[in-house]
This record gives sequence, structure tokens and C-alpha cells, in this order.
Amino acid sequence: MHEYSVIQSLVDSVEAQVAQHPGAAVKRLRVSIGELSGVDTTLLASAYEVFRGGTICEGALLEIVPVRARWTCKNCGREIPKGEVLRCQPCDAEAKLAGGDEIILDQVELEVQ
Amino acid sequence: MCQDCGCGDVNIVPVDVHEKILAKNDSVAAHNRSHLRGAGVLCVNLMGSPGAGKTAVLEATARAASSALAIGAIAGDLATDNDARRLKAAGIEAMPVNTGSMCHLDADLVHRALHHFDLKDLDLLVIENVGNLVCPAVYDLGQALNVVALAVTEGEDKPLKYPTMFAKADLVLLTKTDLLPHLPNVRLEAVHDAISRVMPRPRIIQFSANDGTGVELWLDWLQANRPVAEVLV
Repeated sequence: MHEYSVIQSLVDSVEAQVAQHPGAAVKRLRVSIGELSGVDTTLLASAYEVFRGGTICEGALLEIVPVRARWTCKNCGREIPKGEVLRCQPCDAEAKLAGGDEIILDQVELEVQ
Repeated sequence: MCQDCGCGDVNIVPVDVHEKILAKNDSVAAHNRSHLRGAGVLCVNLMGSPGAGKTAVLEATARAASSALAIGAIAGDLATDNDARRLKAAGIEAMPVNTGSMCHLDADLVHRALHHFDLKDLDLLVIENVGNLVCPAVYDLGQALNVVALAVTEGEDKPLKYPTMFAKADLVLLTKTDLLPHLPNVRLEAVHDAISRVMPRPRIIQFSANDGTGVELWLDWLQANRPVAEVLV
């Protein structure tokens, strides 16, 4: 279960952010997780609950924003529905992933004294 | 404390970050990629389920390529160096990497393993990832190409169940095709159809390490993708 590794990297990223705001406490994190990122959002939430104790994120809520996979035609931009062959028939062009593979830390909310 | 009126409230400051959580891994992967490309080595990340035949693919590759391709391999497994020993016996310079309980290789593990190779002596470096159809797809290792080994014994709809890895694949090696006569419920056209629904540019080579099917096509594909070594000034 690589979600633990992702949480470790997330905590490292948050530490880097807090280093720029000495004395701040982390209250909330918002991350975006794509449907085709390979990261399971439920497992990620569980891993966070297990892992956050004793870290800079101990008192921070984790908000996970799931992002659905979007395949679009490379040529005309038409969206190709999930489950269809990943090729635009009218253009005879392949599809590209227009969203849904992200593993991103969007925002950190800090409490500043 | 609130700076405006001295009321004692704390200030909540939203900090927009918008950074990849695995940025550190990606940065090490970029370093690996630069070294490998600079040395003219084609690096392939070979992924697939446990038992998909990844090690057998490499053994067959070494047998067929003989001296035409100097092959190195990083063999990732949770435990044992069995695969690395098999690869060495086949003439491949192999380095085992045991991940313990970790379900994937990451760029740092690969970076450390790379130090055991003399890249100028290699044409091809294959990273045989930990057998797993989910986790390895998440981590960039510095490879040039992703190859998924999918055995016909895994069933027709496996790609539909594990779309992430196939979405990132440059090639699928459909392995163990010599077993097809014994698998009345596995139709090749159904496997191809499933792959075409999760892989935008489906490229599939039917492969058997036992009877040699597809080995030449695979070698041609590897040769066609070899980088041109950077000229050292």
C-alpha cells in the first residue's frame, strides 16, 4: 500500500511550507487526487490518520478532492466517455489524458499567532 | 494574534501550494533519466502482476539478443534475490533490490542501485519492478519507457480492472501465449479490446518465453527506441 509513502511525502511537503512561516500551526490540508493517479482516496485518508500523530500535521484536517479521469481527443478535444475505446472515431486520432492523474498538494491552512 | 484590533483571535492564513506531492521523487527520477540518457542507455520500467512472466521475458531477451545488446537489470522484490540470480545466470548484469514491505520501487532506490552499474558498458537497463499492477505505476523512476507484462492466464478483463498502469504504458507484452490452447475462455481479441479502452496508443506484442513467439519483435522495438549517446566533448 503506497498510500503510506504518499503521506510521508505529503508531510515532508507541508514541513517545507511551514518552514517559511515560523511558529505557525497547520490546521488544514487540501489535496487533489486523480482517479487514474494510482492513489486510493479511502486508503490515503486512513494512512493519514495513522501517520499524522507526532508530525507537524497532527492537528490538521485532510481534505481530499477527487478528480475524475478525463480523456479527450488530441485533435478536436471531444471528451471520450469512460469505458470507450480511447480513440476519436471522427478524427481517427488518439486520446490524451486531460485530467485525472494528479497527486497534488493544493493548499495548506496555517494558524499564525 | 489578530493584528488589527488586539482581540486575541488567531489568524488563519491559507497558503496556496499547487505542488506535486511526489515532487522530490520526480526530481530524483529526472536525475536518473539524465544520467541514463547521457550514457546512451535505454531504460525500461518493466511492470506487471506477480507471476506475469517479467523475469522469463528478460531471460528470453538475453538468450535472443546474445551479444547484440548489453543488458543490465535492477530486480525489485519484497524479499529474496531469486530473480537477480536467474537474470545473472542468463548473462544479465543484475542487481537485486529488496523493498521489504514496500510495494514498489521509487526513484531513490533506483538511483542507489544505478551506482552499481558502469553505464558505459550497457545498452539496455531494465528495471524489473515489484510484482504489482497498481503501486509501481505511481512512481517515476527515470525510465524512458514503461512496459507492462500481462499474462494471458490473467484473464481478458485485467486491463479494465487496473487502468492506471495501462494508461501510462508504452507497450504491453502479452505473455505466456503458448498456454492459449489450454485457455478456452481467453480470447485474444477480447484482451486487445480491453487494452484499447485504457491505453491511448495500444501497442501489443504477443510473447512466449517458452517458444520464442514475439521475441524478435520485442528486440526490434527495443533497438528502435535506443537513444543516441550524447557526444562527449
